Amino acid sequence: MSRYTQKGDAERRAMLAAIGLSSIDELFRSIPAKLLHRQLLDLPPAHSEDRLVRELGALATANADSERMASFLGAGIYDHYVPAAVRALVSRSEFATAYTPYQPEVSQGTLAVIFEFQTLICELTGMDVANASMYDGGSALAEAVMLAAGAKRRARVLFLGGVHPFHAEVTRTYATAAGLEFETLPAPGGTTPAALLAERLGDDVAAVVVQHPNVFGCLEDVGRLAEATHRAGALLIASVDPISLGVLAPPGEYGADIAVGEGQSLGTFANYGGPVLGFFAAKTEHLRRLPGRLAAETADKDGRRGYVLTLQTREQHIRRERATSNICTNTGLVALMATISLSLLGKKGIREVAEQCLKKAHFAARVLERAGASRLHQEPFFREFAVRVPGSVEAAVERGLALGLLAGVPLRRLDPGFEDGLLVAVTERRTRAEIERLGKLMAEMKAGAPALAEAGR
Amino acid sequence: MNTTKDRQAGAAGVAGAVPGGARREPLIFELSVPGHVGYRLEPLDVPDVPIEELVPKEFQRRSEPRLPEVTEPQVVRHFTRISVLNHHIDRDVFPLGSCTMKYNPKVNEAVAGLGGFANLHPLTPEQGAQGALALMADLARHLAVITGMDRVTLQPAAGAQGEFTGLLIARAYFHERGENERNRVIFPDSAHGTNPASAAMCGFEPVEIKSNARGVVDVEALSQALDGRAAVFMVTNPNTLGLFEEDILAIAARVHEAGALLYLDGANLNALAGVTRPGDMGFDICHLNLHKTFSTPHGGGGPGSGPVGVKARLEPYLPRPTIEERGGRYILDWNRPRSVGKVHSFYGNFGMHVRALAYILALGPDGLREATENAVLNANYLKSLLVGDFDLPYDGPSLHEFVLSGDRQKEHGVRTADMAKRLLDHGFYAPTVYFPLIVHEALMIEPTESETKESLDRFAAALIDIAREARENPAVLHEAPHSTPVRRLDEARAARELKLRWQP
Repeated sequence: MSRYTQKGDAERRAMLAAIGLSSIDELFRSIPAKLLHRQLLDLPPAHSEDRLVRELGALATANADSERMASFLGAGIYDHYVPAAVRALVSRSEFATAYTPYQPEVSQGTLAVIFEFQTLICELTGMDVANASMYDGGSALAEAVMLAAGAKRRARVLFLGGVHPFHAEVTRTYATAAGLEFETLPAPGGTTPAALLAERLGDDVAAVVVQHPNVFGCLEDVGRLAEATHRAGALLIASVDPISLGVLAPPGEYGADIAVGEGQSLGTFANYGGPVLGFFAAKTEHLRRLPGRLAAETADKDGRRGYVLTLQTREQHIRRERATSNICTNTGLVALMATISLSLLGKKGIREVAEQCLKKAHFAARVLERAGASRLHQEPFFREFAVRVPGSVEAAVERGLALGLLAGVPLRRLDPGFEDGLLVAVTERRTRAEIERLGKLMAEMKAGAPALAEAGR
Repeated sequence: MNTTKDRQAGAAGVAGAVPGGARREPLIFELSVPGHVGYRLEPLDVPDVPIEELVPKEFQRRSEPRLPEVTEPQVVRHFTRISVLNHHIDRDVFPLGSCTMKYNPKVNEAVAGLGGFANLHPLTPEQGAQGALALMADLARHLAVITGMDRVTLQPAAGAQGEFTGLLIARAYFHERGENERNRVIFPDSAHGTNPASAAMCGFEPVEIKSNARGVVDVEALSQALDGRAAVFMVTNPNTLGLFEEDILAIAARVHEAGALLYLDGANLNALAGVTRPGDMGFDICHLNLHKTFSTPHGGGGPGSGPVGVKARLEPYLPRPTIEERGGRYILDWNRPRSVGKVHSFYGNFGMHVRALAYILALGPDGLREATENAVLNANYLKSLLVGDFDLPYDGPSLHEFVLSGDRQKEHGVRTADMAKRLLDHGFYAPTVYFPLIVHEALMIEPTESETKESLDRFAAALIDIAREARENPAVLHEAPHSTPVRRLDEARAARELKLRWQP
């Protein structure tokens, strides 16, 4: 039976009588009889809550999550600590079971959060305006490229080779119909030099997409890339990691026109990749082309400060086929998690978390190099780097699982065309002991490389 | 405490926890006190190398982000205080038509928060993610059974992205058949705004057809539109008036005879689940909103989830990777050469998949059917209470929702917006207003199965009282709401001043 909404027979009968019907079946009289099911659907029987928790709990336990394993996985999703206060506050029904704030007078909680989120993203990225959130880093980048192509009325888009291949693929999917031409520039040594970009730029290029730090963890020469991009009259789209901005120059400082990114590292769980958090910020001149929702400050008729959704004429429910995007539901609750998390960290905390990531990652790189792994690139990096693994990457990953280590992301899982290496991410959560265990794994791989490689075949 | 800052915030702050009360809750930035912190890390246990030796100066941040400096209790109080300014389902009726604000079961949150799900990285080796992959495969299979489609992808992150994905699949299908001239998506004038927006994003030309006098698809108008350029007929069923498309079998036949595809906007699947199936009606593609039919929370604007179901011949075009079972193990299959590509960074909103599966398992097939029956019963019951006081322009047999018109009240100078605001004073949320576009002064009401007769009676009494006020005292409606945390807000001023962020 429908546990959540079961009505007694008496209530059902009373309601049917009020409508003037004698049976539930009559409610469905407008559906052709041949379409109505006579039998129940072939689904598992109703579970008690106890059984439900046990069965789904068994599936959860079958996973190698970062509660039980020391995780060096990254590539866009990072194992940062999510404070208990974030989980407690985001669980409040007032936030979780509210709808998009269409009636602002009874949605000031959600609207104030969006306003605070927009401010925090602007502060972190150094940009002028930010929206209420996107689905994820991939779709945020896709929408940024679409905005740039529309704003510049140009059709070529240059991706630096260090852009996350998954984000690039989402962008190509979004642009299927837009007739855009994509070119991916090489990243010799892990980054794309500005001179190489300058050669490929032309007055038909709408946007240059740079990820910084890039998918290999390397820092790109963003200042010179921005100069070259702007000399060609194109827009620079920077895809950035918000935690890195505790230490690294924000896109606004190096002249990015649009800044987007995956915001999961701001107080959200990995969730097997979703829900996560896309963010989208830009210079003011692009405001009216922004996708998605925007909250603005205003006042009520008594002069009290309040917040509303604004510039809704950009959106699908008003503008329909001429909307800037079809997005409506975004990731409001995840944006709330980011807002709470950034409030707890504050200006001191974001810097300290970033510094710990930076220092621990560099320590890890030295430990792994001493153990016989070699770094794939020599460029400066933030909290992630790629190494060549003695033996095979697959064998190292598998051995790691047995040792309670999620050793890293094989680069070829991101793109089969990438060099064979292991991408290792180190957050503030990783202890020296865990890093040294990963070092031991590498040493073991080096010592037993031939044997392990043999076993792999 | 910084009392100057406090006083300023007090004067201009957002409304406080008490409706209309004296306390104004400042923004989190206005609570900031230099030196306050709300976190503590373990001390660094690796060598403390100076940053300058790790990152060249040119890469370093010059300006400090102006993030708030607040303690954990300050943070908890702030977000608690602003939270209670929201209306939400756990408080009372939330009758937003087409948005399906049903109860979000607590156990769903508990299971989605399990460490093995919440802390699972999407690039965990597949052998370490078998539980998650099995869960997604199970959910996709159950959704296929419920919709009558052959294969379901869970990748789209929301209904609108589902629409986009579904239409990309149609586009890929016609391209592969060499039918590039099919570049039109047809939809009725009662469609959601996302339909034309998604069609335009996919490069289709959106073509709107008029609904007939009964508020459903005019089969003749559709037939005329179904020429060689027609790719897809996109329809919501039951439609946004809450009416089942009675001619759906004839519609499907015409669409298919014309060589086009039939697309279901599954926003209203909660009127059908367990009773009938889109796949049996002839739909080739449909998207669902897990945050509607399958009870995942709306979260004040997401995250959602918008799975897409297709018939077998469209399966090759689904987004990659798909989840496949090979030799008793689940794998992510990236080798999908005819796929439309990825629409999400990873595999979709997995956390929502967990919740939706929990809902389906909690209800079982009989419970799903009963939920649908109760949703339809509630809508019809509520309609019967209100038709005496409001116009009902389309009076066909309603399923899960119905649309009233405020035309009668407009004669007293009262707009639907005024009545919506007045409902807030009664402690309810307002219905969807001014939609669908084919109804003047529309009030689109969807009570969902979560309501009891008692809550529906209270809601109807409030709306009937508002109709009385419209006749006797329209001024009170023009001024509404009166007892909410803030009064009516100046949207024109917001758009003029465009204050989109806090400034110190």
